[in-house]
Amino acid sequence: MPILWLRVALGFYALGLLSALLALTRQSGLLRIALPAMSVGMVFNFVSLAEAVIPLGPVALTSVHNAESLLALLVMAAFMIVYFIYGTTSPGLVIFPLVFVLTFAAATRQQPFLFTSPVLGGWLIAHIALIFAGYAALFLSFTASVLYLIQERRLKSKKLGGVMSRLPALQQIDEIGYRSLLFGFPFMTLGLIAGMVVAQATFGHLDFLDPKILLSLLMWAVYMVMLFTRWNAGWRGRRAAYLATGAFVAALIAWSANYFSAIHKVVQS
Amino acid sequence: MNFQLIGVNHKTAPVEIRERLDIPVASLPDALKRLVQHAGVDEGLILCTCNRVEVLAKTRNGSADLRAFMRDYFRVEPSTYESHLYEFSERAAIRHLFRVTASLDSMVVGEPQILGQVKEAYATARTAGAIHSHLDHLLTRAFAVAKRVRTETNIGASAVSVASVAVELAKKIFGSLNGKHVYLVGAGKMSELAARHLLAHGAASIFVANRTHERAVVLAEKFHGEAILFEQLYDTCDRADIVITSTGAPHAIFRREHGELFLTRRKNRPMFFIDIAVPRDVDPEMNKMDGIFVYDIDDLQQAASSHLADRTQEADRAEQIINVEVDRFHDHLQTLTVVPTILSLQDQLENIRKAEISRARARLGSLSPDQELAIEALTHGIVNKIMHTPITTLKSAARTSEPTTVIDVVRRIFNLTERDEAQTAPQRPDSPEESEN
Repeated sequence: MPILWLRVALGFYALGLLSALLALTRQSGLLRIALPAMSVGMVFNFVSLAEAVIPLGPVALTSVHNAESLLALLVMAAFMIVYFIYGTTSPGLVIFPLVFVLTFAAATRQQPFLFTSPVLGGWLIAHIALIFAGYAALFLSFTASVLYLIQERRLKSKKLGGVMSRLPALQQIDEIGYRSLLFGFPFMTLGLIAGMVVAQATFGHLDFLDPKILLSLLMWAVYMVMLFTRWNAGWRGRRAAYLATGAFVAALIAWSANYFSAIHKVVQS
Repeated sequence: MNFQLIGVNHKTAPVEIRERLDIPVASLPDALKRLVQHAGVDEGLILCTCNRVEVLAKTRNGSADLRAFMRDYFRVEPSTYESHLYEFSERAAIRHLFRVTASLDSMVVGEPQILGQVKEAYATARTAGAIHSHLDHLLTRAFAVAKRVRTETNIGASAVSVASVAVELAKKIFGSLNGKHVYLVGAGKMSELAARHLLAHGAASIFVANRTHERAVVLAEKFHGEAILFEQLYDTCDRADIVITSTGAPHAIFRREHGELFLTRRKNRPMFFIDIAVPRDVDPEMNKMDGIFVYDIDDLQQAASSHLADRTQEADRAEQIINVEVDRFHDHLQTLTVVPTILSLQDQLENIRKAEISRARARLGSLSPDQELAIEALTHGIVNKIMHTPITTLKSAARTSEPTTVIDVVRRIFNLTERDEAQTAPQRPDSPEESEN
């Protein structure tokens, strides 16, 4: 059943993405379709996850497809939070395609669980949920950076008409990026701590040379440096946008470590 | 009537060219003197705003070389600007002047400042002695037409001035203007207008710096702002989020090094420079800096152009008014060319009539008042009847392109002598002081 609900969700996400893209080219009221479609998609996305988690427990989230589905939901949630605070749908430009791709991947292939731990179910779910919330925030921040660079280029080149004229004000985009960074940092930190607790309990020790742990710590360091420069040196604007992009790339690399790290592959091996 | 006009405006020339042809207010009287001394030029007016430099002249034969005047006056390589020049004569010149004064040729169509600027140019030219009856007549008419356009169309009511375009841009950068500080560098009318708009949209406070400190104080008081000594400009400017510059400085007063200084002090919070001065006050290089946005008067035009469509309809109506007025003025001018001939004719026949009466009187002896009146009426009647056809012929010939042949014939037939040139000048319908209101 979960896969069915997920495919329904995928359908709505596709509709939302399509109408949002069409709204870009023709200045029509298609955006009015996109938001409800994405919201309905979120509901089915949630139902699908719930149905997967309830019989198996939090360990269900450790399958790749459920993880992707969870990440899609969290990213959409981040989008909605921004929408309710700032009333802008512009991040959807970047977020909708990502949500669609994640859901598409999750809905078309079922994969075995990557990881299981005999102990600490609570810590495990905390680890996954926190890290993913952190990822969602980081992705939002990255989205804001992209929008910032677009809007900045428009303002600098003085070409203000066209499909991008609905972009929020530059400072508002900057604020969205900064706030989602701030918001994501505690999640990321606590998620990493929870992950270490789980690893410690599972393997009895922490192998800091494992690529997953190493890269995760590196990402966390980049994240912190970014927040720090922003606070301290007042880095904002273009440089901050580049930094946020850097942190996002670091997060991608840390994620990709799943494919060659021993820790997240324990079950398969 | 031989009006000629030459110039560049924001449509034909970029700001780099316009600022090279800029004439400072202080040099205008001298420029006007040289204009009227130029070969073939009788009267002259120079309109120099940040969007246009135009030379209007009443010339002797309609073919004065105004390009030569520009070459002589501006020590600028002619090839840099000559391709941007437009030239009008006669009817087209009148039409252009009417359109400019009515704000139809403005960067932001319908903006109200141009009328004041034309009036200032007119006052300067009058004081300098460059304007006599003909241009005076033309300019007075132009002011009246502008007034008519303003009252009969909505062109000014919804006028999106440069100021409100600036507000819109500021909102694109800052989101809300609440709590933002505005710095006016140079206390001109235009910056005052922009400041008023920004305050109306929530800006927190205004700083004013001006080379003449007294003017800064006056303007600051108007907005409950703070006047700052011009010497302290660079030390205080980082307090502002939005800087509006409109000084008459010949070189940029804000350069890259200033931008770097401001950004460091502001912890990189963005700054928006609105440069409405020509020559420009802000080095365009500053726009390349992260966190600094510079818009000059040309950029504001681009941003404003999106509003133009909304007002096309009103502008069309205004154009119609202009067309009617140009026709009317042109006809009026044309009849002026035959007025001296008509006056001569009337004089001539009146003299004949009077001479004949006095000759006849000797033979008639004493007459009763009734008989006197009858003779007056009789002779007047004859003269008027004789004059009627020549005068109507002259008047209708005036509306054609070649009235001189008819004028010539009438003059020869009636043996009319040249009248004094000064008497051909039109009477001023109303004084300029009245039309300023």
